[in-house]
Amino acid sequence: MSQLIAQLPALQVVVPLLGAVLVAFCRGGRTAYFVSLLVSLLMPVVSGLLLWQAIIAGPISYHLGGWQPPWGIEYHIDVFNGLVLMMVSAVGALVMPFAWRSVADEIDEDKQAWFYCMYLLCLTGLLGIAATGDAFNAFVFLEISSLSAYVLIALGRDRRALLAAFRYLIMGTIGATFYVIGIGLLYVVTGSLNIVDIGSRIAGAAAVYPHAVIAALAFITVGLGLKLALFPLHVWLPNAYTYAPSVVTAFMAATATKVAIYLLARFAFGVFGQAFDFRTLPVADIILVLSVAAMFVAAFVAISETDLKRMLAYSSVSQIGYITLGIGIANKPGLTGSIVHLVNHAMMKGALFLALGAVVYRIGSARLSDLAGIGRRMPWTMTAFTIAGFGLIGTPGTVGFISKWYLVAGAFAAGQWVLVFLIVGSSLLALVYVGRAVEVIWFRDTGPAAARATDPPPSMLAPILLLMAAVVYFGVETSLTAGIAERAAALLLGGLP
Amino acid sequence: MEAVHTLINHYNYVITIFLMVGGLYIVIARGNMVKKLVGLSIFQTSVYLLFISPAKILGGTAPILDPAYSVYSNPLPHVLILTAIVVGVATIALGLALTVRINEAYGTIDEDEVLEKDPEP
Amino acid sequence: MKFDLILRIGTKLILPFILLFALYVQFHGDYGPGGGFQAGVIAAAMVILMSLTFGINTAQRVAPRAMVERMVPLGVLIYAGTGVAGLLMGRNFLDYSVLGHGAHARELGIFLVEAGVLVTVAGTMCSLYYAFVERGR
Repeated sequence: MSQLIAQLPALQVVVPLLGAVLVAFCRGGRTAYFVSLLVSLLMPVVSGLLLWQAIIAGPISYHLGGWQPPWGIEYHIDVFNGLVLMMVSAVGALVMPFAWRSVADEIDEDKQAWFYCMYLLCLTGLLGIAATGDAFNAFVFLEISSLSAYVLIALGRDRRALLAAFRYLIMGTIGATFYVIGIGLLYVVTGSLNIVDIGSRIAGAAAVYPHAVIAALAFITVGLGLKLALFPLHVWLPNAYTYAPSVVTAFMAATATKVAIYLLARFAFGVFGQAFDFRTLPVADIILVLSVAAMFVAAFVAISETDLKRMLAYSSVSQIGYITLGIGIANKPGLTGSIVHLVNHAMMKGALFLALGAVVYRIGSARLSDLAGIGRRMPWTMTAFTIAGFGLIGTPGTVGFISKWYLVAGAFAAGQWVLVFLIVGSSLLALVYVGRAVEVIWFRDTGPAAARATDPPPSMLAPILLLMAAVVYFGVETSLTAGIAERAAALLLGGLP
Repeated sequence: MEAVHTLINHYNYVITIFLMVGGLYIVIARGNMVKKLVGLSIFQTSVYLLFISPAKILGGTAPILDPAYSVYSNPLPHVLILTAIVVGVATIALGLALTVRINEAYGTIDEDEVLEKDPEP
Repeated sequence: MKFDLILRIGTKLILPFILLFALYVQFHGDYGPGGGFQAGVIAAAMVILMSLTFGINTAQRVAPRAMVERMVPLGVLIYAGTGVAGLLMGRNFLDYSVLGHGAHARELGIFLVEAGVLVTVAGTMCSLYYAFVERGR
């Protein structure tokens, strides 16, 4: 048994990979689905054990191939990436029961096995990015998850999904290549690829080659900025989320950008933070300004959208702005707010996009005009939608409030009063677009399109309700999410306030 | 004079930068999807150069252990770039497959014409 | 017509040597430039050249579509299987030292994973070509 526990970091990544290979041999959608379901339900167990071990016993270091780091690849799991692993696998597990009917409805019969193969490869990639401690290994997993994401998005019904996937491919590949350039520059000046090892050598390297280290920081920030949809590099996101199949949107919105943010935080604080105090770098100010721009501009565009999926996509860009705001503030409460919003936003957006997926399953459209009065026809689904929407605004009692609380505390601690007002102000914008959707859903007469709707079958309803319960529960009982996030922030900042 | 000397000594980096910027320009400036993919490919090739050219240690021999030699070239960047090349191949193949599908769906592979047919909301 | 004949006979003569060269590159990856990916691409180039000169039906007699589509996950299975062998013997994932003694164990490990890479890459390149060609038919 202890043998198994010791091998868990490798199993976290190998099991979905083997699952993907097995599914690739399958011909039918049913076998493929059951393998994916089994793997997806197993992953939170592994992540939970890893996170628990990281909390109790400290960081886990797993040597791939038996080779010592820094010569070999190391999987390094501490509370920060343990939390990210838990989030990704939990979302993957919740999305799978939903996928049974949603995929059968939205994707052709002969493509379903390949869909599940790509889904498992995407899961492998995302878990791999979070688990690994080697910079180039992170690039490989980043590209595995991205390439399978392009395929998943292109499987959408609308032909605009193809162009959306193509544009995402171009921008995502440029982003990943910029990241590799940054890694190359770091390798040339420090001689190592292991993240912890680069962190220990970078102070010496920065003394001899300051320009190379700053250039590496710039390339890595822009590269990962393209992947995490930092304003103004977010242009691929609205189309990709709108035209992808519902399951894919729910999964991607909750995980793909978050893992890129994890990687950025890991490099900004764990690597470059050892050479410079991140707060003193101009990069922190740039990220701050871009985050505020994201929060406001994306929320304004969301207000004017008529398709709910597109509105939520722009809302995602806005919420990512909150997370990067915490990274830009770069003090302990700010970074705690950032990390906890990473997890909370996954819960909220997961619930919102799954609820919309149920609507699409029932009436085939997510346009606001078609959803008039649908609250009375699909009460449970729309209750979950409303509560998750309140979470986006930051209502006390939901997880959104917890994240905003920590971010405001971080802004206070940094003496940035303007930021406090901006955070509150953008929450009012969220109130406008969520309020508009809630008004149409509950307070209008049932339109012809919405009349056909009923609540979705239990396999689809259960994940939605579970996520809704999580939005409320973790908004009240914060020791798990915020407690771990505080420890992660303390770990990243390494003792700075 | 100092600058020209540096440029000539580090000619590998000059070529890398030239290819990188050229590739990025093609991606941004051309609307034809195949040309965009070609630009992406050139951009990725510059990154391979960026990794491999510092791997050659001056005076180093091939990285196979032999008692007669003490300085070896660095084999690690070559391994990294093999991986990166495979990733690049997969990306270009996927991009071309998407281009074929877009051509079947819209009848054109120019991004501007595709956007005309399906205007962005 | 004359040029067509030269192409067909030339291709017929050279095809087996392409495959032989692919295997040479595969097995000499330890001592010179080579290894799984390069060898896989050369092997696939053999099938593609045959398809260009003699037509897709002839090529699919040699490398049937179902077979190359199955080769893709099979290679990954071989690679991951070598890694899991290390797990099953009580060591870490991808630890080759369980396969034998000393340096020979690592040599065998690399041999197996490169074989997996060869199978996957050759299968992928052939399926890519078939997929693009089938689009036009």
